[in-house]
Amino acid sequence: MAACRGKSLLTQQAWRFFQRNFSQTTPVAAQLTVRDALNAAIDEEIKRDPRVFLMGEEVAHYDGAYKVSKNLWKKHGDGRIIDTPITEMGFAGLAVGAAMAGLRPICEFMTFNFSMQAIDQVINSAAKTYYMSAGMVPVPIVFRGPNGSAVGVAAQHSQCFAAWYGHCPGLKVISPWSAEDCKGLLKSAIRDPNPVVFLENEVMYGQPFEMSEEAMSENFLLPIGKAKIERAGNHITLVAHSRLVGVCLDAAKELAGMGVECEVINMRTIRPMDEETIVKSVMKTNHLVTVEGGWPQFGVGAEICARIMEGPSFNYLDAPILRVTGADVPMPYAKTLEDNANPQAGNIIRSVKKSLNIK
Amino acid sequence: MSRLLSRKVFKTFLKFHEPCCLSSMQQLLKPTRVLANKVQYINEDRPEFPGSKSVFVNKLKFLWPEKMEGIPVYRVMNRKGEIYDSSEDPGLSKETVIKMYKDMTMLNTMDRILYESQRQGRISFYMTNFGEEGTHIGTAAALNPKDLVFGQYREAGVLMWRGFTLDQFMNQCYGSCEDMGKGRQMPVHYGSKDLHFVTISSPLATQMPQASGAAYGFKRAQNGLCVICYFGEGAASEGDAHAALNFAATLECPVIFFCRNNGYAISTPTRDQYRGDGIASRGIGYGMVTARVDGNDVFAVYKVTKAAREICVQENRPVLIEAMTYRIGHHSTSDDSSAYRSVDEVSHWNKEDTPIARLRLYMIKKGWWNDDAEKEWKQDSKKQASHGSLCKS
Repeated sequence: MAACRGKSLLTQQAWRFFQRNFSQTTPVAAQLTVRDALNAAIDEEIKRDPRVFLMGEEVAHYDGAYKVSKNLWKKHGDGRIIDTPITEMGFAGLAVGAAMAGLRPICEFMTFNFSMQAIDQVINSAAKTYYMSAGMVPVPIVFRGPNGSAVGVAAQHSQCFAAWYGHCPGLKVISPWSAEDCKGLLKSAIRDPNPVVFLENEVMYGQPFEMSEEAMSENFLLPIGKAKIERAGNHITLVAHSRLVGVCLDAAKELAGMGVECEVINMRTIRPMDEETIVKSVMKTNHLVTVEGGWPQFGVGAEICARIMEGPSFNYLDAPILRVTGADVPMPYAKTLEDNANPQAGNIIRSVKKSLNIK
Repeated sequence: MSRLLSRKVFKTFLKFHEPCCLSSMQQLLKPTRVLANKVQYINEDRPEFPGSKSVFVNKLKFLWPEKMEGIPVYRVMNRKGEIYDSSEDPGLSKETVIKMYKDMTMLNTMDRILYESQRQGRISFYMTNFGEEGTHIGTAAALNPKDLVFGQYREAGVLMWRGFTLDQFMNQCYGSCEDMGKGRQMPVHYGSKDLHFVTISSPLATQMPQASGAAYGFKRAQNGLCVICYFGEGAASEGDAHAALNFAATLECPVIFFCRNNGYAISTPTRDQYRGDGIASRGIGYGMVTARVDGNDVFAVYKVTKAAREICVQENRPVLIEAMTYRIGHHSTSDDSSAYRSVDEVSHWNKEDTPIARLRLYMIKKGWWNDDAEKEWKQDSKKQASHGSLCKS
């Protein structure tokens, strides 16, 4: 991790230089932070489709609480970037109505923790209307915002909602990790005719990633429902989503030093889940560890375990599947407690060793 | 024609008449009340619909809010610390006024130290109370110390008035092993069972219906106490705020809803938050006793809270108070307020109208305070607060 941080400092300067040339027509392969990738995705889709608009608390004049919508109000004006009063239920409902009337709202929750105030609109209206109207009323919305634990903000600001929303038919749920994920998947989410819950991570916003020329292009889309193998390996499969993908890669690097080659799968989409990629990988490695920041019970890992048991790869397992999850408590504030409640690379390494029965 | 017709007879009667006759018939026959199956019809000019209490008019007239006069702001003391009308002076003792002043300034000192602690990375988050000290201390002093407090998150002064120590504040913010909350809650989410202060909850306005519920419990218990619920003008936009006010009114609960209208909900100015006459105008709509007060006048806040408490406890009904004030600090350490308001605006309020400066001028006029006392207290309070902070880190 330390080495990674040092590198990111250098590249941030490079990125600043690059930022000035961002609007040039020639696409340049470069580094992009997660925040800027999200910003570019929204910017491009608003430009492309007049039905798309962004609404939420302080997304316009203030550039968003986490600056994801930086400069978008200046560029697109009041008609497309809308500040709302503090009523999550109100603006989520407004987004549902706007989508029913043919618009394509992007509804920002300051954090997904506060989407709890609006969950009836998300589940009972956005997710179910298409079904209940027998396909006559589509509700294309993107609900987006930071999800999962940040740092030092305790119980009511640190929950992962992947399992909560992943439970509900009618929703698509995306939990991206890298800048490429964020750009390609957010664009696809905005173009998707269904309501999509797009779970970002506050800690990742400032993290820069390499972006290919292709990913920088305005036409770059990633398919919803497809996972990505971030690192290939033969000994064990690690499946994770969001920030924990990076932690898995760190763990994999350390394990590689011990001669253990991990295959790291970035889920990208929680629902519909890319079962095929996981199953194929398990058939190859015969070992599986799931990694997530959310709670264990009925979590993403629990769902993966169930799918593996019911599917063709069960008989390929050489050891029980192990889950690495957030601790089964509301997130504490004190740093020592918080560190122990969040999954660390060490927890992953221990689980891998246990699965492979090595010391 | 008989003044009493059974419903059945009346319906039959209507059947035989053309609609054009109906209006003249209805003018003659005004239903006054429904008694089981019988309707009484008398020639009456007052509407008797079960959901309203007013009069009939025959000219169409919309109500234009901008043509109505705004709800006035009650104050006792001007910016120079002079009392307008001596009959409104709460007449607090020297001892009480000095405690008020010391708590307000100590809150400031503690805020500066904890704000810097966050900036130095010692704690993850902090929220200062600059500019709103008058609302905290004015209300706290007027309440019974056993009245239950539901805060939003910027009410540290209420706890300080009740005796929460600097050590307890610091332990909570640092999440140290001595924290009463066992290091579980994020900074400024204080709580104290001994001091009747419910632990702060981050999601906005959730404390409001809870306050109505607690007040309902107090009403049942007939314990002579009330509940006070603090909230901001931004939180008043949440659905919970509506539910809380409506339930408190209909269930007749002894609760004071105290709105700190400080001009901004993080970056959102009141203009984008609501279009009515502040929050006070809503109290009337819910059938609540309502007052608006100058939140920078600690005596006015004290007076209005004291009177509201009497109404709550004696009449078992909720009161809404809207205190007009100004948040001089940033919303929190996650906010840079220069992005949405000018430095001049902030310094105008800081220079011209703070509750602390007003109270100090009052005390000086009374001969209870002077430059030497100020200097000595500044050093002493700083020493107390930094000692606490250093011990924790």
